[in-house]
Amino acid sequence: MAEITLKGLAHSYEKTPTHAADYAIRQMDHIWHQGGAYALLGPSGCGKSTLLNIISGLLEPSEGEVLFDGQRVNELPPEERNIAQVFQFPVIYDTMTVFDNLAFPLRNMNTPEYRVTPKVLEVAEILDLTLLLKRKAKNLTADEKQKVSMGRGLVRDDVTAILFDEPLTVIDPQLKWKLRRKLKEIHERFNITMIYVTHDQLEASTFADKIAVMYEGQVVQFGTPRELFERPTHTFVGYFIGSPGMNFMAVEYQGDQVMFGSQPLPVSTPLKRAIASANASNIKLGIRPEFITISSHQTTESIPIEVANLQDLGTHSLLTFMLNGQPFKARLPEGHPPVGETAFAHFDNAHVALYIDEYLVEADHE
Amino acid sequence: MSYRLENTQRGEKYKTVFSKVSPAQRRNRTARSRWRANFLLGLYLILMILPIYWLINMSLQTNSEILGSMTLWPQNLTFDNYIGIFTNSSWYMGYINSMLYVVMNMLITICVALPAAYAFSRFTFIGDKHLFFWLLTNLMAPPAVFLLPYFQLYYSVGLFDTHIAVALAHCLFNIPLAIWILEGFMSSVPKEIDETAYIDGYSFPRFFIKIFIPMIRSGIGVTLFFLFMFSWVELLLARTLTATNAQPIGMIMTRTSTASGIDWGTLAAAGVLTIIPGILVVYFVRNHIAKGFALGRT
Amino acid sequence: MNNKVPNNRAWLLVLPMLVLVAFSAIIPLMTVVNYSVQDVLGPNARFFTGTEWFESMLNDNALQAAFLRQISFSLIILAIQIPLGIGIALIMPKRGWQASAVLILITLPLLIPWNVVGSIWQIFTRGDIGLMGWGLRELGVDYNITRNAGDAWVTIVLMDVWHWTPLVAMLCYSGLRSIPEAYYQAARIDRASKWAVFRYIQLPKLTNVLVIAVLLRFMHSFMIYAEPFVLTGGGPGSATTFLSQSLTTMAVGQQDLGPSAAFSLIYFLVILLVSWVFYTTIMHMQKDKPPHGGA
Repeated sequence: MAEITLKGLAHSYEKTPTHAADYAIRQMDHIWHQGGAYALLGPSGCGKSTLLNIISGLLEPSEGEVLFDGQRVNELPPEERNIAQVFQFPVIYDTMTVFDNLAFPLRNMNTPEYRVTPKVLEVAEILDLTLLLKRKAKNLTADEKQKVSMGRGLVRDDVTAILFDEPLTVIDPQLKWKLRRKLKEIHERFNITMIYVTHDQLEASTFADKIAVMYEGQVVQFGTPRELFERPTHTFVGYFIGSPGMNFMAVEYQGDQVMFGSQPLPVSTPLKRAIASANASNIKLGIRPEFITISSHQTTESIPIEVANLQDLGTHSLLTFMLNGQPFKARLPEGHPPVGETAFAHFDNAHVALYIDEYLVEADHE
Repeated sequence: MSYRLENTQRGEKYKTVFSKVSPAQRRNRTARSRWRANFLLGLYLILMILPIYWLINMSLQTNSEILGSMTLWPQNLTFDNYIGIFTNSSWYMGYINSMLYVVMNMLITICVALPAAYAFSRFTFIGDKHLFFWLLTNLMAPPAVFLLPYFQLYYSVGLFDTHIAVALAHCLFNIPLAIWILEGFMSSVPKEIDETAYIDGYSFPRFFIKIFIPMIRSGIGVTLFFLFMFSWVELLLARTLTATNAQPIGMIMTRTSTASGIDWGTLAAAGVLTIIPGILVVYFVRNHIAKGFALGRT
Repeated sequence: MNNKVPNNRAWLLVLPMLVLVAFSAIIPLMTVVNYSVQDVLGPNARFFTGTEWFESMLNDNALQAAFLRQISFSLIILAIQIPLGIGIALIMPKRGWQASAVLILITLPLLIPWNVVGSIWQIFTRGDIGLMGWGLRELGVDYNITRNAGDAWVTIVLMDVWHWTPLVAMLCYSGLRSIPEAYYQAARIDRASKWAVFRYIQLPKLTNVLVIAVLLRFMHSFMIYAEPFVLTGGGPGSATTFLSQSLTTMAVGQQDLGPSAAFSLIYFLVILLVSWVFYTTIMHMQKDKPPHGGA
């Protein structure tokens, strides 16, 4: 079994890193459990590929430890780590046939031919490559090539984890979902840990059971797609997940009221208490566009807004409005009554999240 | 130390041995193979430099020392051979002549090759494939074949013994070479760039000079390098088309051989001086050369 | 990418080039053809000879011998330079100042005028003043390129290897540099041996540059003139007289216009034919490749 543990891990491409910005990966601890389907999600340059290469052994971390089942493997090269990796651009051996490509890792380990053939046939069957086995790998399409490079990981019995580095980048959009489903299928069939690097939240949430969101060299949240959506633990997660991302308001506590600039906000009592006792200057409230309701009548709980733009997206509409000079987004369900120039917004209190110094603080809802 | 991993997978129990070699051993092994590669490379470089070193060594000796006893480095360092060359106009004019026709050739070639290569990389036109093939056959023409006809041709048009004659003669192989290299580089520039520029209202000449040429400048640098290389090293045509006014340095060097023997020191010094322009040219293109040698065709 | 637009006005772009190359290639070639079928005895005394010169050239023993020498020379240097060039490219450093330094050093012989290359080796191999000639003699080897044909051959081959292996090495080096790092990483994960990496990743990616290298080396070695002319003068006897030297002697030295013109045409055609056969064979072997490679 391979449980991959990262202990006090940090990495810098500089020889002598002096400040935080020199680090591609900042001090982190993390555990990938055996057999999970994980995604590593983040914008480009957040360190996710670096992290993947550290796990696969292509890079040696400058600090901390990588443990496979409690064994330190920092010094082990990738060929000795029982992992396979699928790269962004398909890597195939041009001059070989598909069969030889799939057999390559086995032959490199001197596996007898009578064991190679059934294994290759089995994997080809799973990946729908059986009909292509005799073809030269060079002439395949991008998605077939990507399946071949995945197949090279699957033929090896010792592989306990497959790492994917944005594997669908060069695949046609209509084939992407097909390949993604194939991945899912393989994951269910074999008890293999899969770590999938991507910058596409849709890809991550359809593939993975749990997603690690990376931001500036750190995993800022690790959770199910639902958790990431409903309780983002970091403002970045709120902003990055969901389309559009969360709305944020920098607030202050003034004379028994929570003020967003000059606008008092009708927040719940526990939240108000939490804000009042917070000893920080960076206090933000976050609300997803899905949890804002718009109406033309004022209630005690709602605030007046200035409507800027309404965009019809078919299944729903997206409303942009201004509040205290800052643009907000609200998602209106289909068939929502028309909105005038001035309207009133109501924030669903159960879904207003409090962030102090960018991190989520849970206010007790009694 | 061994690294074991027990894993149960697909219903079977595996015991995977991570590695039989310890990390330290492996590091040793890679270090050793690295060392072996460096050793072989160093050996090759030394063997390669040796003949050049010997030339430099002799250029810094007097003839009596050269012919006297075997010395691995100059015992009485002298720059007389170089001074002799730099103070004698019939000597240094040889360098100037060579430089002149090489530069002329580079200019002429690049000016006509750039539009032609663009045409080949972007358009199809009647006879394009035949034309391209015919151009390449000129690369294969032995200069010896053209000696006599060139002599007669340039003599009859009154260009014999001029720099431009040699520059034009070298176009025979340099223009096809330049077109071939440039075509490779140009084909790797997406066509969309051209189209966008035309939509933005650029005329062809303006687009070509302002946008396209800067985009392939490393390709042009490499092309110029090759043009220099083949024009600078050629002697057969250059010496046939010149007599006194435009004589290349390679021809003047033969003067060191006289009835009273060979002036080895001067010959060596003159040889060293012909290597220097080459070093300068490589130095300027060193960052593009690794990519450029594949001629845009990997 | 290769969706070229039909446009016959492109001829305007190739016209200047065409005029120049035609001036340097077609007119002289016409002259050669003209001479090859005539016997020129004086300014006004010319006779049509038909294929007579061609026949006599093809039957000339000295030329046949030179031709065989030329073929052997080209094959020998190809057999040495191609593997050696690949080997050097594989061990050249890939980054840092060392890469630049090695690059400049390796390219050096390519930029030395060909007659100077001859002079360098003449000086280097002389028994009295040359390091190599002297060294071999000190070691008790009877080495003399002006008397022993074998020594002369070895020296000329050595000189050509010294002079031109850098071209092969540089071509291969740039070919190797274009292989994405992911290929090597995938190979490590697949536990490929060094040999397997070479055989299945590096060599396939080198095919294009190797075709160029073999073609260029064949062509240039087949036209070799200045280096052996300076080094051995074609001797001892005619042991190192190659085709270009035979031709120059005939055309300039003896002024045999007709025969040398016929010889020129045969010479040119042989190079064209060999290059064409080689190129089409290679392209046939990898038919599914686009004409300019591209990978």
